[in-house]
Amino acid sequence: MGTGAMASAIVIEGLNHHFGRGAVRRQVLFDVALEVAAGEIVLLTGPSGSGKTTLLTLIGGLRAAQGGRLRVLGRELVGATALQLTLARREHGYIFQAHNLHRSLTAAQNVRMALEMRGSLSEAEMDRRARRILESVGLGDHLDVKPGQLSGGQKQRVAVARALVGEPPLLLADEPTAALDSHSGREVVLLMQRLAREQGCTILLVTHDSRILDIADRTLSLEDGRLC
Amino acid sequence: MRTPLGWLQLRHDRGRFLVALAGIAFADLLMFMQLGFQAALYDSNTRLDRAFRGDVVLISPKALNLQNLSTFPRRRLLQALDVPGVVDAQGLYVRTVNWRNPQTLRSATVQVLGFDPDADVLRLPEVRAQADRLKLPDTVLFDRGARGRYGEVIARLDRGEPVTSEIERRTIAVGGLFRLGASFGADATLMASDQTFLRMFPRAKAGSISVGLLTLAPGEQVAPVVRALRRHLPDDVQVLSHADYVQFEENYWRVASPVGFIFGLGTAMAFVVGVVIVYQVLSTDVNAHLQEYATFKAMGFRQRYLLLVVVEQALILAALGFIPGALMPLWLYAVAAKATSLPIAMTLGRATTVFVLTLVMCLASGAIATRRLQAADPAELF
Repeated sequence: MGTGAMASAIVIEGLNHHFGRGAVRRQVLFDVALEVAAGEIVLLTGPSGSGKTTLLTLIGGLRAAQGGRLRVLGRELVGATALQLTLARREHGYIFQAHNLHRSLTAAQNVRMALEMRGSLSEAEMDRRARRILESVGLGDHLDVKPGQLSGGQKQRVAVARALVGEPPLLLADEPTAALDSHSGREVVLLMQRLAREQGCTILLVTHDSRILDIADRTLSLEDGRLC
Repeated sequence: MRTPLGWLQLRHDRGRFLVALAGIAFADLLMFMQLGFQAALYDSNTRLDRAFRGDVVLISPKALNLQNLSTFPRRRLLQALDVPGVVDAQGLYVRTVNWRNPQTLRSATVQVLGFDPDADVLRLPEVRAQADRLKLPDTVLFDRGARGRYGEVIARLDRGEPVTSEIERRTIAVGGLFRLGASFGADATLMASDQTFLRMFPRAKAGSISVGLLTLAPGEQVAPVVRALRRHLPDDVQVLSHADYVQFEENYWRVASPVGFIFGLGTAMAFVVGVVIVYQVLSTDVNAHLQEYATFKAMGFRQRYLLLVVVEQALILAALGFIPGALMPLWLYAVAAKATSLPIAMTLGRATTVFVLTLVMCLASGAIATRRLQAADPAELF
């Protein structure tokens, strides 16, 4: 993996991260090195507090990196400005533990927001793509329903659709199955896998859930801030 | 077109939305009432001043307002006629006095104007038309728009029945009606001839008048004549153009009396109430959506986008809250005008003022509420 014509989606070298300052300064990541090839599906596991979520937020540009080398989709994120991080985030799809859908928007409007941000598509095209991806996650008949009226699994499927509608080269997910029962959890993950494969999207997925380990190309484990 | 997020968010929580609109409407209503009363105050208190027929007005330097004019020597009128351009000079006697309300037989305050009934000193056609009645001894004309319990008196006069009252222990006949309206300074106004006036007030001197009204030759410029009059007349008289005189009266109520300040303060407080209400609504809304806003930031939306959502909400609230806020005063103005005999009505200018104040109110609240947006941190989402 990560060799030949395929460029690397993520290259990390010597990445350290600290929380707090002065006396309460605490190191959470120690000299992390990692390379993920484009199109690869990588699972990141580890006990809670091991630093996996911190690593994910650094890769996702949600948190400013402090030192080392962190190249994501060809952008160096160490020392990046807030605006550069915002622009980097536009290339990523995110799936959170909670669905984090907007309550006031319908399923279709929620999905459309991810396209609106780019601002390059026509009105009709945005609607068409939002509809198509919701159909492909099995919610074609729930387009105009607000999150309040959807089940947990349905909401997470809308969240998957929102993350992938813009065909991002990188998808980051943190415990996407945590709030779901085993059946709908597995369904959501398979859906992610299928859509990502179709789009050639790289996936980095943090999970505790042993039932979904089989979807990965590679599984990494983080313990006390060190990859092993 | 972008998804109208602000609008959808407001509409989603209907209860809160309606409360917000009611709050803004209430603030607008308060501002309309305060500004309406303030305008009515200025308007009603200058109504009689504006009815004076004259290009230049002479008053005593000690004059405060129409109810406290003091007096100056009548000779100044004759001296004024010496100034080129002045073609006519008339004097007015003005006093405030207690009379007996012919209906309730109780004492009530009225303002009495005395003038030569042959001279056309007032822009009130009803008074001019009844000048002959004023020439009858101890006969006055009464204001149909007076504040107080005068309904039966007016009805009797309308039927042509005689009505009498008493001023300074002298019986006075009410010979007719005209329409002027009450002011904050005087509940009612009586018109009298100068002869009747001087008989009513034996201590008033015929040679001491309260107002001098000068008429200029047609086409004469007012400002140069005013300057010439100031040079020509001694210091015991103040020379003002008619417009400046009306302004002088208004300034008294605006600045020297507490009433103008009170209504200004009332308007400011209504504005602050509005800011607090809108701020409450918007900051609660931002708080309720922090998680969603953080998600938008994670998706790559910039802070500016979220600011625009709050601004959009502020503008929607301002516009929709203004509609009931401007309709309710229409009705309340009618009620207040009826109850107080004051000229209170909606004007386009005031509606514009209040709408602008509403926009400022909502945008200011929105600007304070957006500070909470900083709390939306995408790093906290995972």
